[in-house]
Amino acid sequence: MTSRRSPPSPTVRVAAGQGFWGDWLEAPYRQVTGGTIDYLMMDYLAEVTMSILQKQKARDPTLGYAKDFVPLMERILPLVVERRIKVTANAGGVNPRACADAVAETARRSGLAGKLRLGVVTGDDLLGRLDGLLARGHELKNLDTGRPLRDVRDRVLSANAYLGAWPVVDALQRGANVVITGRVTDTGLTLAPLIHAFGWKADHWDVLAAGTVAGHTIECGAQCSGGNCLVNWERIPDLANVGYPIVEAQPDGSFDITKHPGTGGRITVAGVTEQLVYEMGDPTAYITPDCIADFTTIRLAQAGKDRVRVSGVRGRPATDKLKVSIAYSYGYKAVGTLVYAWPDAYKKATAADRVLRQRLKDLGLAFEAILTEFVGADATHGRLALERAPLDELPEVQLRVGVRSSDRAAVERFTREIAPLILNGPPSVTGFAGGRPKPEEIVAYWPALVDKRMVEPCVEIVEV
Amino acid sequence: MKKAAVRRSGGRAVGKGHAKRVRLLELAHARSGDKGDTANVGLIALKPEYYPILVKQVTAARVARHFKGMIKGPVERYELPNLRALNFLLHGALDGGGTISLKTDAQGKVFSTALLRMEVEVSR
Repeated sequence: MTSRRSPPSPTVRVAAGQGFWGDWLEAPYRQVTGGTIDYLMMDYLAEVTMSILQKQKARDPTLGYAKDFVPLMERILPLVVERRIKVTANAGGVNPRACADAVAETARRSGLAGKLRLGVVTGDDLLGRLDGLLARGHELKNLDTGRPLRDVRDRVLSANAYLGAWPVVDALQRGANVVITGRVTDTGLTLAPLIHAFGWKADHWDVLAAGTVAGHTIECGAQCSGGNCLVNWERIPDLANVGYPIVEAQPDGSFDITKHPGTGGRITVAGVTEQLVYEMGDPTAYITPDCIADFTTIRLAQAGKDRVRVSGVRGRPATDKLKVSIAYSYGYKAVGTLVYAWPDAYKKATAADRVLRQRLKDLGLAFEAILTEFVGADATHGRLALERAPLDELPEVQLRVGVRSSDRAAVERFTREIAPLILNGPPSVTGFAGGRPKPEEIVAYWPALVDKRMVEPCVEIVEV
Repeated sequence: MKKAAVRRSGGRAVGKGHAKRVRLLELAHARSGDKGDTANVGLIALKPEYYPILVKQVTAARVARHFKGMIKGPVERYELPNLRALNFLLHGALDGGGTISLKTDAQGKVFSTALLRMEVEVSR
């Protein structure tokens, strides 16, 4: 229990600082300075992020983590130490140890030597063990398609098991102020501080599920505190100054979602509900390494301005599997765009698409897919939008054509077929200042399961 | 709209002139996201009394018809009465999903508001 407030309260405050790698750089600083918090949780890893980091590590063994985590920590570490805030972050990517070394160096430069202990969680990286696992009969079948991994084994770029909260708990119990992990689940980064603070046990399924729901609620940062919120969106105050969410948890697993006073945004039952259903599958079985949470048991109540109380969460025992996030090289893609102006903007864009497709066909190029969208008409809602759009009067339409192929040369050739349309296609066309589109390698995601006992999390402590 | 009640499910014609058609936008809000090539749409009643309307009329079959031609796989529906929400899984909605997809909305972020275009029947 790390709260400094007096009289001592059992409440533990976990603040969300980053909802993804690339989130608002000001948010963690504001969470640390805007009021009292006990923990700062930062989620960096999306499904294919690991493969990008694996490539960086292959080029330079000191890389492979979220690099901007280091200057961010440089900015907040003195405050984190002074206010005895603990940090959990999966910024370590595929090289948590190098990330910790960089943070340690920064901390020493800031005069924090002897004042900080870093926890490093590894053991999630299965890339070097894949062939061994396959040889021992672990097929690592694609959860969506059922295909065995051996079909794409030679194209695999990264493979990481999702670790849960417990190795992070271990690091906190060994006195780490900042825990840097590889592929730990988003929810585990919030659950771990609560387990640590409240002494929850590994089979206390209801509270583990409650902490998991807390994690899910804040793992996307401001998306539960007014960001990307549809309900009365125009009346959400001061998004420029949006407050990121804070979990205020109790030992019984109930918690409030709130934010620092004086910040913008809005925390309401409706907004929290939007976040709860985000990326949801079967709501009765939200499966994590730590437990299975039943989202149909969640009770929400407005408990004050910008404060939603969450209670009633029920959980079930965890499964004996861990999800594995595998990234593999799939092929290439490119997207080209041109903008057509009134009059007949939509008609001109569709005519240009026909010309382009005829030329691609005449060139005999092989594509797995060609997709045309008309931005301004149907790109977001397809035919549902076209049925109502005033197509004759649209002021402008962007023609957006994408192609995908295992043949890089075909994709490359496609990128050269866009610009000619400016002079040899339909009229009133502009918007090509960005130049020729670039072929992009597709790194695709292969979700699989592996037996839990095949994965051994490892926790190290680095003294600064 | 005040007291809305279900007259008939499935968007069929309604007798006696007591019902009118409104877009889901009037009754619900929504958020969507992705899991691989599947988009999920969480549909949330704006008022408690609207939830039964959603349950009765916004069926998996109806949603599948709504998105016909836009998704390749089946539609699944889950009920969350505690949140007055329905969760829809639209399989094969994202042109392969994630990094494979060529779509502007590769991560299914705006299937939410596309569902809110659907019309349902409420009493006048």
